Amino acid sequence: MKETPLSNCERRFLLRAIEEKKRLDGRQTYDYRNIKISFGTDYGCCIVELGKTRVLGQVSCELVSPKLNRATEGILFFNLELSQMAAPAFEPGRQSDLLVKLNRLLERCLRNSKCIDTESLCVVAGEKVWQIRVDLHLLNHDGNIIDAASIAAIVALCHFRRPDVSVQGDEITLYALEERDPVPLSIHHMPICISFAFFQQGTYLLVDPNEREERVMDGLLVIAMNKHREICTIQSSGGIMLLQDQVLRCSKIAGVKVAEITELILKALENDKRVRKEGGKFGFAESIANQRITAFKMEKAPVDTSDVEEKAEEIIAEADPPSEAVSKPVLWTPGTAQIGEGIESSWGDLEEEEEEEEGGSDEVTILDSVKMETEDPSAGNHISDDAPIVLSDSEEDEIIILEPGENPKKTRTQANSKPEKVSSKKAVRKKKKKKPAN
Amino acid sequence: MHCWIMAASPISSSGPRVARTMLGQVVLPGEELLLPDSAGPGTEGSAEQTLRLGAVVRPRTRVVCGPGLRRCGDRLLVTKCGRLRHKEPSGGGSGGGGGGVYWVDSQQKRYVPVKGDHVIGIVTAKSGDLFKVDVGGSEPASLSYLAFEGATKRNRPNVQVGDLIYGQFVVANKDMEPEMVCIDSNGRANGMGVIGQDGLLFKVTLGLIRKLLAPDCEIIQEIGKLYPLEIVFGMNGRIWVKARTIQQTLILANVLEACEHMTTEQRKQIFSRLSES
Repeated sequence: MKETPLSNCERRFLLRAIEEKKRLDGRQTYDYRNIKISFGTDYGCCIVELGKTRVLGQVSCELVSPKLNRATEGILFFNLELSQMAAPAFEPGRQSDLLVKLNRLLERCLRNSKCIDTESLCVVAGEKVWQIRVDLHLLNHDGNIIDAASIAAIVALCHFRRPDVSVQGDEITLYALEERDPVPLSIHHMPICISFAFFQQGTYLLVDPNEREERVMDGLLVIAMNKHREICTIQSSGGIMLLQDQVLRCSKIAGVKVAEITELILKALENDKRVRKEGGKFGFAESIANQRITAFKMEKAPVDTSDVEEKAEEIIAEADPPSEAVSKPVLWTPGTAQIGEGIESSWGDLEEEEEEEEGGSDEVTILDSVKMETEDPSAGNHISDDAPIVLSDSEEDEIIILEPGENPKKTRTQANSKPEKVSSKKAVRKKKKKKPAN
Repeated sequence: MHCWIMAASPISSSGPRVARTMLGQVVLPGEELLLPDSAGPGTEGSAEQTLRLGAVVRPRTRVVCGPGLRRCGDRLLVTKCGRLRHKEPSGGGSGGGGGGVYWVDSQQKRYVPVKGDHVIGIVTAKSGDLFKVDVGGSEPASLSYLAFEGATKRNRPNVQVGDLIYGQFVVANKDMEPEMVCIDSNGRANGMGVIGQDGLLFKVTLGLIRKLLAPDCEIIQEIGKLYPLEIVFGMNGRIWVKARTIQQTLILANVLEACEHMTTEQRKQIFSRLSES
């Protein structure tokens, strides 16, 4: 779908509002939106909500052989995807520019900053190392994807536990989750991206722009920092020219914001750890609230289900037995036969019978080519077709050869009632051999 | 929309129900509703049996099928989930004809163009003597430059790309590109045309718009008492609002967006707090 165009009216209004230091949702210039972090039941799965922007992060690991020029280091792999449900403008082919830019920024922020100790991911030098893969999916786009994505990535990495491995000589033992507790990754520091949007050629600055503000901004400055005030990555896009003191000011603001966000992340991780240890409920079902529309709710009317079963049984008992649609095959000429008249199929009924049969007797009734036996009535069934001529002794298939004959009588009995003796039974079925599991 | 679905009647009840008994209740797509025969109130109970396809006896009342309902033989088929509503015909019924309107009140955010709807559109392109206007549907609507009040070939309207237009649809069906105009059938603008320069445009759900446009809407009256303002509602979910200052405009926009989920008391509280400050 094409993106909704921005009208001149909106653009003018937003710029004027920014000049007066007013934002659409009432925030101040340096305010972040509400950040909410929730964890899934698996280790390494989390959803980060920055206002309405939502990113899902998932970390997974695998044992692979290392890169040739880095034989003692593990491999890190980052991937951010813009899901089509995030915004109508995101279509499978159309988002390449933005996607490449975001992925590149994320990689620089997390990989080049060496926040994860890759040496600790080595199991056997030159042969086996851990490959850690971080997948991020954007679920809803309301501005500032990069911040939410970087928070989701680092939270998922901190939350993740990899299986424990022990090396004895030449033997590598990979312990399953039940045998030994999984081990967290070794993370040195937590780099977080902070975005600054510039308007009117750098005159006005906003932190954490939402989607509308992003549309009217002139340029974007992203600073990735950790709580020790080390800058991991800095990127300016949009072609605006910034003064030196503007950049310095931004880095100071970023330092403050990163400290707040890191505290929030640590608290969330603590909480989750505590809940898991205490055996409480964790996972998305608990932490993501049901988003109900609470006004104008209709009262739940109690549904009385106490006698539903009886009613159902009554209805079934009183109903007429299904009509006796006989699937009598009519042989018009040798080689062509017609079964049924094109009305509703009665295959379901046949299957029912088969199951009853098989449940009834486990014996294989082998039919002779000439002899026709009446079937064992104890199973409570009956059969319909004409006399089959058995061609092979194979006990796997049920082969029924049709010949033009008189009308077979098919009687139907209900599942629980007594089996009736059917008079003109031309028995016929060769049953599958039931091989009981020994 | 979250529907709390309750079985008002046991599940094993037979067949379709009479529409009149279902008013105000939640109906689901696929349900069939019977129209009461107008043979008289006494025979209403037996009306269900007398309806037959192609029967000589035709229902006397002419019932209008509104959004969310479709006619299927002699019955109404529900196509959207929501509450069933009915409106009696005004006046004494026009010559024994109308039996009122039935429709389903449903909630959605995506707009589908409907003929006669007044909408707010954004001009995306100017090509020759045609404007392409984005109305939030699957296709941009086309608007001729002659469809403005007082427009002639020499005297073109002053419309730029990115302007807001308030107009109504003259052609809107699923097979053709929608067409809109900014004049009514008498050739007068009647409030339609290009919307002024300032102000804020924002999007809400379609159900909220219909609620706000209902006659005697309390929300609008209360808002009017707060500040002097100009406001335009488009049936495609877009609202344009302008007040004296930016702060007031922002407050109004946020209040209208929040009105959807607020109860009456919460709303009154907010309005009283705003009028004090």
